[in-house]
Amino acid sequence: MGVVTRVNGPLVQVSGLSEAAMYDLVDLGPDRIPGEIVGIRRDGATVQAYEYTGGLAPGQPAAALGVPLSARLGPHLLGGVFDGLLRPLTGAATWLGPRSVNVAGDQEWRFTPLAAEGDHTEPGTPVGRLDDAGALPYLLLSPGGQVTAVRAEGRLPIGAAVATVGGDQVGVTTSWPVRRPRPFGDRLGETVPLITGQRVVDLLLPVARGGTAAVPGGFGTGKTVLLQQIAKWCDADVVVYVGCGERGNEMADVVQELSELTDPRTGGPLARRTVVIANTSNMPMMAREASIYTGVTVAEHFRDMGYHAVVIADSTSRWAEARREFASRSGALPAEEGYPADLASALAAFYERAGLVRALGGAAGSVTIIGAVSPPGGDLTEPVTTLTQRFARSLWSLDRDLAYARHYPAVSWTESFARDGDALAAWHVRDGRAAWATQRARTASLLAEADRIAALAEIVGTGALPAHERVVLLGGRLIREGLLRQSALSPADAFSAPDRTTALSGAVLDVIDHCLDLAAGGTPITAIEEHDYSPLLRAREQPAARVPGLRDQVLAALR
Amino acid sequence: MIAPVLEFAEVTELTGPLVVLRGVEGVGWDEFARVRLASGELRHGLVLDVDEDLAVVQVLQGTSGMTRSGTRVSFTGSPLRIPVGPGWLGRVCDGRGGPLDGGPPVFGQATAPVGGVPLNPTMRRPPAEPVLTGVSAIDTLTTLVRGQKIALFSSAGLPHLELAAQIAAQAHTGTEPFSVVFAAMGLTHADATAVRDTLEERTAAGELTLLLNLADDPVIERLLTPRLALTVAEHLAFEGGRHVLVIMADMTAYCEALREVSAARGEIPARRAYPGYLYSDLASLYERCGRVRGRPGSVTVLPVVTMPAGDITHPVPDLTGYITEGQIVLAGGGAYPPIDALQSLSRLMRKGVGAGRTVPEHLDVAAQLLAALARERQARELAELVGESALTPADRRYLAFARAFREDLLRQRRDERRDLDQTFTRAWRVLSALPRRDLSLLAPDTLDVHYREGS
Ligand SMILES: Nc1ncnc2c1ncn2[C@@H]1O[C@H](COP(=O)(O)OP(=O)(O)OP(=O)(O)O)[C@@H](O)[C@H]1O
Ligand SMILES: [Mg+2]
Repeated sequence: MGVVTRVNGPLVQVSGLSEAAMYDLVDLGPDRIPGEIVGIRRDGATVQAYEYTGGLAPGQPAAALGVPLSARLGPHLLGGVFDGLLRPLTGAATWLGPRSVNVAGDQEWRFTPLAAEGDHTEPGTPVGRLDDAGALPYLLLSPGGQVTAVRAEGRLPIGAAVATVGGDQVGVTTSWPVRRPRPFGDRLGETVPLITGQRVVDLLLPVARGGTAAVPGGFGTGKTVLLQQIAKWCDADVVVYVGCGERGNEMADVVQELSELTDPRTGGPLARRTVVIANTSNMPMMAREASIYTGVTVAEHFRDMGYHAVVIADSTSRWAEARREFASRSGALPAEEGYPADLASALAAFYERAGLVRALGGAAGSVTIIGAVSPPGGDLTEPVTTLTQRFARSLWSLDRDLAYARHYPAVSWTESFARDGDALAAWHVRDGRAAWATQRARTASLLAEADRIAALAEIVGTGALPAHERVVLLGGRLIREGLLRQSALSPADAFSAPDRTTALSGAVLDVIDHCLDLAAGGTPITAIEEHDYSPLLRAREQPAARVPGLRDQVLAALR
Repeated sequence: MIAPVLEFAEVTELTGPLVVLRGVEGVGWDEFARVRLASGELRHGLVLDVDEDLAVVQVLQGTSGMTRSGTRVSFTGSPLRIPVGPGWLGRVCDGRGGPLDGGPPVFGQATAPVGGVPLNPTMRRPPAEPVLTGVSAIDTLTTLVRGQKIALFSSAGLPHLELAAQIAAQAHTGTEPFSVVFAAMGLTHADATAVRDTLEERTAAGELTLLLNLADDPVIERLLTPRLALTVAEHLAFEGGRHVLVIMADMTAYCEALREVSAARGEIPARRAYPGYLYSDLASLYERCGRVRGRPGSVTVLPVVTMPAGDITHPVPDLTGYITEGQIVLAGGGAYPPIDALQSLSRLMRKGVGAGRTVPEHLDVAAQLLAALARERQARELAELVGESALTPADRRYLAFARAFREDLLRQRRDERRDLDQTFTRAWRVLSALPRRDLSLLAPDTLDVHYREGS
């Protein structure tokens, strides 16, 4: 038993716990505020508290629990909303005072055994299945060994044990220390895209399953909307949405939308494949720090069942700031911009938890990590942004000028990258969309050329440009408005399946090519510029099958 | 249990707004303290750090005149609580809630902690109805939504206080009960008088609370003023069922006070010497807006931020923008109110306007106005580089459109209250400056009803 000696916000010093282990949990004071040991000295320990420490005083007790900060993983996660320590918020008090969140739960699920008494099971293979926990069967995995007892088919509550394997109990829930990656077999070499349904991403800046993407952008540039679109429509089995130090209204909004929207693949509400972790900016800061790890642990847990999981973290900057805040209170020497020196290694370790792997049980599963970055002042040279860029395989940089011009998603085509872009385009070609790779290359080069010519036009005036360059300018506009723009508010266009994306980009490129031919053949440039392209620009709101017709309408009128 | 109120005498240090005490026992972090000076004057403080028998206390009225030997500090055993209730309405008080209007001190049936308690995000109701301000540019393009937080960004010399006061005087929620809490921080006497005058009628009607921390009031008091305002507002809203608009002007002055405390504590500074926790601190204020499941009423928060040197990347506007759900940006040069429509955005507007809330075509009208303004900006920038004569006729039409927008819709008198009808009549007149085929974001049947070519 230890004693509190100092309280400075979330930083608590205790005496007498010098024999405890790093990262062990501690209960602080009479309200048993949870905290984690982050430093040990000969005479005591430094504890990072996860709740408001108001009223906590020197002299009060501190009890080490002998276990590290762990998440309770189970079938109750799908469709639920949790705090940064994965305690359920649904059903908790309206106002979150001390001890208002606890880990009860009274759900039940239908259990079907998948192993029989006497079977020998490999680690990570299922011993049973719960069928009504979410959109997909929830698998209960073996620790490995001989099954000596297993439940019969029937309904099970959250606290139940389902089997005994190798002398260990397998329960409906398990617990895992959030800062430690869950083990897997090996990383797989294939490159398969995560289909996000956002054209600018899927076509120009794709991310692979098991990959990592970072979304830096100043306030109001559209990070949250983009991430929420992906949370709703990407083709993952499980989505873990971590609201890390962001707005309460946004969390309420996304939770409501997910419960109202239908999952096109299962017919059930999208919420059934989603786990929401909410640590809004007015909730205790240090739980924000934990929430990132909690989120990725949940994703790994579903990966281990052979599912494709996506972790969406909005915003990783708030996580980094929580670390900075704590480091500064504990007197650690600051590195760049006051951030602790271990920021780079912490970020790298977090993004390393992504991957497409063969799980222990043999099935392929993945964790894809997509993190928003909120650079102060929109300054992309600040430490969290620059470090994240090093570890992310795709970067979707949001541009304030595009956002002000209401070009959404405001993904900058010049400041972004996708390291697996070519490999992922090749996948689409193999998947039957023959033109995908060429469309991607043409779109990118036309955009770059249009930007170059636009800069030139600012010096010499548009009138001084040769006809073919003016067509490229026009082409840039058609690509931006007819292809890249995608309103999250449009029911018809919020999601674009690959077939519709390729149809749209094909239509836009066909029209541009035709305009280039006309200009080369001597058609006056103003006639081309003043032409009515609105059927093509409206094609975004149409199903893929209608797109060629609209293209032909424009082409016919151009002749 | 009644907490023992202990008196501690041994002041070891006085720095900036801080008192360091030795010999304390059983004092908890963030506890509220009473500080008695040798003169008998009573001040208030909060515990920022307790280390064994040392406590660091931040004195809300500042430490001026305090001595080491003559100061007595007692602790109340709980965080600071204030009385709450409708007794606040119609009152003008200082930044700590002391009456300035000659009335008695404010009492309430209940008390509440000024720091607030975080609202469970699953208990929030997403904002979905408007607060109308009677200011055309705001009501059409950046509608305030009940339960939202939206900032007013401005620069020194621009009329943000006038606009904030106009909003405070005019805003309403139709037939539903509505009140305003106006927290002024670091205002000059002249500004304070002007705000007080503008709000006099509404104060007299018992619909408004005005809290005034003046430029020569203790700086540290500013840390309390917005919390007081929000605590009063939360109670009026969630217990009293009112829609409450909280205006906090000027948050830049608040942040300077925060920086002062941080510097006195020797904390490691982040950008521009502001503390690293500025984001969380501001969020602990702004996030107190909202609507709560199962309760009527709402708290809408409108912080006013002057951007030092007009720099939107300065930490105070920047972090504010990262927390609020949109911003109304004032930029120099234009007629009153000098709102820069393209930089302004009300993120929750799409849920808060439309049929049954404002007018059915509201979102499309706003989108069309903004798209046209964006096109005009491009044309204007090009004209600045290569001359207006190099513009196409189409581009020149957009310049004319933008002039109509500024004169007919944006420009408005400081005491002019426009209802939605008047505002949308003007908006359609402005849109009619463009050819109908350019208005692709508006539905044909809407255009049939409202579009008047060449009007
Ligand atoms: N794809 C989109 N479609 C339509 N509107 C969009 C889109 N993306 C962004 N917006 C608009 O931009 C606003 C701001 O977007 P968002 O909230 O995602 O910004 P953000 O980058 O997350 O900002 P912050 O850092 O402050 O959280 C939205 O409220 C919406 O009005
Ligand atoms: Mg956001």
